[in-house]
Amino acid sequence: MSLHSQSSGRASAKAAQASATGPTATRIGALVALAALLAVPFLLYPVFLMKVLCFALFACAFNLLIGFGGLLSFGHAAFFGSAAYVTAHTVKVWGLPPELGILLGTAASALLGILFGSIAIRRQGIYFAMITLALSQMVFFLALQLPFTHGEDGIQAVPRGVLFGVFDLNNPLAMYYTVLGVFLIGFAIIWRTVHSPFGQVLKAIRENEPRAISLGYRTDRYKLLAFVLSASLAGLAGGTKAIVFQLATLTDVTWQMSGEVVLMTLLGGMGTLTGPVIGAALVVTLENYLAATSLPVPVVIGCIFVACVLVFRRGIAGEIQARLGKKSRES
Amino acid sequence: MIARLLAGAALAALTIGVLSTGPAAAQQGKLSGDMVKIGVLNDRSGLYADLGGEGSVIAARMAAEEFGNKILGKPIEIISADHQNKPDIGANLARQWIDQDGVDVIVDVPNSGVALAVQEVTKEKKKIFLMEGPATSRLTGDACSPTGFHWPYDTHALAVGTGQAMVKEGGDSWFFITADYAFGHQLEADTSVEVKKAGGKVVGSVKAPLNTADFSSFLLQAQASGAKIVGLANAGGDTITSIKQASEFGLTQSGQQKLAGLLIFLSDVHALGLQVAQDLVLTTGFYWDRDDESRAWSKKFFDRYGKMPTMVQAGSYSAVRHYLKAIEAAGTDDGPTVAAKMKEMPVNDMFAKNGTILPNGRMVHDMYLARVKKPSESKGAWDYYQILRTIPGKEAFASFEESGCKLPK
Amino acid sequence: MMGTIFGIPPQALFGQLLLGLINGSFYALLSLGLAVIFGMLNVINFAHGALYMMGAFVAWLMLTQLGIGYWWALLLSPLIVGLFGVVLEKTLLSRLYKLDHLYGLLLTFGLALIVEGAFRHQYGVSGQPYPIPDALKGGQNLGFMFLPNYRGWVVVASLVVCISTWIAIEKTKLGAYLRAATENPVLVQAFGINVPRMITLTYAFGVALAGLAGVLAAPIYQVSPLMGSNLIIVVFAVVVIGGMGSILGAVLTGYGLGLLEGLTKVFYPEASNIVVFVIMVVVLMIKPAGLFGRER
Repeated sequence: MSLHSQSSGRASAKAAQASATGPTATRIGALVALAALLAVPFLLYPVFLMKVLCFALFACAFNLLIGFGGLLSFGHAAFFGSAAYVTAHTVKVWGLPPELGILLGTAASALLGILFGSIAIRRQGIYFAMITLALSQMVFFLALQLPFTHGEDGIQAVPRGVLFGVFDLNNPLAMYYTVLGVFLIGFAIIWRTVHSPFGQVLKAIRENEPRAISLGYRTDRYKLLAFVLSASLAGLAGGTKAIVFQLATLTDVTWQMSGEVVLMTLLGGMGTLTGPVIGAALVVTLENYLAATSLPVPVVIGCIFVACVLVFRRGIAGEIQARLGKKSRES
Repeated sequence: MIARLLAGAALAALTIGVLSTGPAAAQQGKLSGDMVKIGVLNDRSGLYADLGGEGSVIAARMAAEEFGNKILGKPIEIISADHQNKPDIGANLARQWIDQDGVDVIVDVPNSGVALAVQEVTKEKKKIFLMEGPATSRLTGDACSPTGFHWPYDTHALAVGTGQAMVKEGGDSWFFITADYAFGHQLEADTSVEVKKAGGKVVGSVKAPLNTADFSSFLLQAQASGAKIVGLANAGGDTITSIKQASEFGLTQSGQQKLAGLLIFLSDVHALGLQVAQDLVLTTGFYWDRDDESRAWSKKFFDRYGKMPTMVQAGSYSAVRHYLKAIEAAGTDDGPTVAAKMKEMPVNDMFAKNGTILPNGRMVHDMYLARVKKPSESKGAWDYYQILRTIPGKEAFASFEESGCKLPK
Repeated sequence: MMGTIFGIPPQALFGQLLLGLINGSFYALLSLGLAVIFGMLNVINFAHGALYMMGAFVAWLMLTQLGIGYWWALLLSPLIVGLFGVVLEKTLLSRLYKLDHLYGLLLTFGLALIVEGAFRHQYGVSGQPYPIPDALKGGQNLGFMFLPNYRGWVVVASLVVCISTWIAIEKTKLGAYLRAATENPVLVQAFGINVPRMITLTYAFGVALAGLAGVLAAPIYQVSPLMGSNLIIVVFAVVVIGGMGSILGAVLTGYGLGLLEGLTKVFYPEASNIVVFVIMVVVLMIKPAGLFGRER
């Protein structure tokens, strides 16, 4: 499929490059990034940063499916939002601690992922996108009508609670480092998955499914597993967001939200590990900035979308890698 | 050793600092951020934009201007934002305003769902929240806050006014078309209680999503129910659409069924036109043409906004004015201190006469049962209501004990 | 009272079925346009809802700004939307045909955001009223319900458009070219037919249908920037159920699901919003290509 074949070559080139330039460079980069992430709440508004991290994890989860599995889901908001509802409900009504609430939210998304995945992976490409879209719209209407979600009001006043009975999350810094921890765990899982044999098989399926089948792989199982993993991680992000904002509302399950995560990934670079993080940070910052101006947010977002599709299909991270790759080959 | 000394000194300094910023500082006339910042948070582009919107900002500004835009020698600043009727956007904006922008008070917030979310934030941050737009009586009931104030009306007052009046006129069986969120549910619940109290019965109800474009299937269910009164437990654009489509489907033409708009604003009547809206019975907390004082203020408002004020806009003026007076009296803008002061002082302005504020933040004042005039009765633009009855505040609003609010008295 | 059918008063049953048929008329018109576009371009036109909204807005603007009434709008508004479609196809969509079809979906998604956002910015989200034309005011008392004349007109107009489109594609020479070009564009090009122009015109025709639906909807629903965004997902589901690219499937499924929704409103109103999606899941389980679709 041409949607990823461009980036895929680069992804493998990048992998080769990473091993060539040695793990030290990557490691140093990672350490610098980590230090920045630890320090940044002292400089910027923590709630904003937590929003960025939640969406970054959401975009990474989405990217696992499109970038490495070649499946464009247009319904990932269903997982993000359902987990938010489940976490909010279990924490507020059942009085569970936040870590259990988030875990249950993630589990709910995983279950939903199994259900949706087994229906959707029967088709590919555009059909897959439409089916996931329609299924997520079903979740939207359920969220509108089920009594525990409180319709248009959403679940409000969710207590942040005390993490592991020790850390009071009402403290913004404690909350921030918790979200950072969740993000890093999620990111590590994705990194591990992509570099595992499972990830290799997934790439093989993306490139040429019939061939993977002929090699004896039961591709449907691999695809379903990738789908469920992606759904669970999206759920992890959604559940965490519910704790941060103390709310779970319909906004998180709308198809516009599904579109937003597509944009973040597309802008940052599909099939790259860091791309979705960059994309999420950019989009959230942009929305924050635009909200204070008179410029209409959806129009700007739409223009970026169109520009990405027409001239910038590799995304930011993809573009950088391509440039670097070219240079290293030339030298 | 030195480190320990230093730490000790720092601790001492900190203690002194904390003590000195306490009540002592409050009496010296301290304002956080050296100004009073008022944030008007409402629907500025959607179905509730006409009843509050920019009009509420103008009303708040008119209140500030009465103080010369200065209080305790420091400036008053007014900012505004659009919450798009989404609780998450509203709560996030409120949080950011308070955390980052130094906003001291949040004003208006129509849409009960959003207001409930914002109330949680202002309660946590101990900031004053002046509610004019939202309707649900839960805001001074189970979801009450020590620093929250609910001003022109609530679902309880609407139910008492319109619900009882319709039953008295023989409308003893009801079917509700209810907006499917906090406000609609509460309005339906409150009205059902009043209808039953007055000897009527409720034969059914249907929930319509917010911002519904087509009410036809709901209207058909209402028609099939055979109820004498079809109660519209919705507001703003939804009310307008449902009234129009009811006339398209001939709901009221048969003469067997009557529409009861439970929450109708002056802006709705203006949008519908007297031809369609005539004879609707409604309950309101304010009407511009009530007395000389309200006429004079509304005239000034009209000159700036081009429309007569709704009860939400007039209420925004009244609440902000009262808030500023309380700051003046308390000498601080510290939330809980100002809230206590506001509750001590009676509300006397063009909006309310001898209004009192209950411990749960409910401002108790007279409400009015009105009928929309026929086109032939109206003497000119904006001459829309005939006041049928003044409902005394004690009758219209629930008492603190009835409200279900758990705050200390 | 007239008695009951399955414990339901016939007034409610027939009434809701009729309303379902009216909704179905819009589903059919919109999914027909989507199917025509998908058949020729292999693009799922995410902007379809936005263009439907645009059709209604153009009619409203013509009435309020220029004093052009409903009947002229019914002709002019689809033409304007169609022209807009030509511009979109020529300048943007045509660049993507060599790439994965998913890019078409993403591009039109972006376009939908832009068009909707622009109208929303300009006119707010609250609906603008559009009066029912004088000739269609009033209604008929059918015994079980009061049918406004205008809604009756919508059903008739949509049926006429759908049937004539189907005939044009299945029975005329032009339609034959179109179908051939869908199957094998290179061969048709070799016969001396300008395939790129055909693609452009197909797209324009598809979105003009959306514009037409928008004008028809204007007097019923409020003219609002968001009127398309909620409808479009249901229409997507209709197209999936009918079988993507199948004209007959799109039309029949559109009306069928409208009726089914009406029926659900009588027996179990809570499920009326999701019944279409449940049907979609069931159909996909049994017949992955859709009811009228062919496995490609």
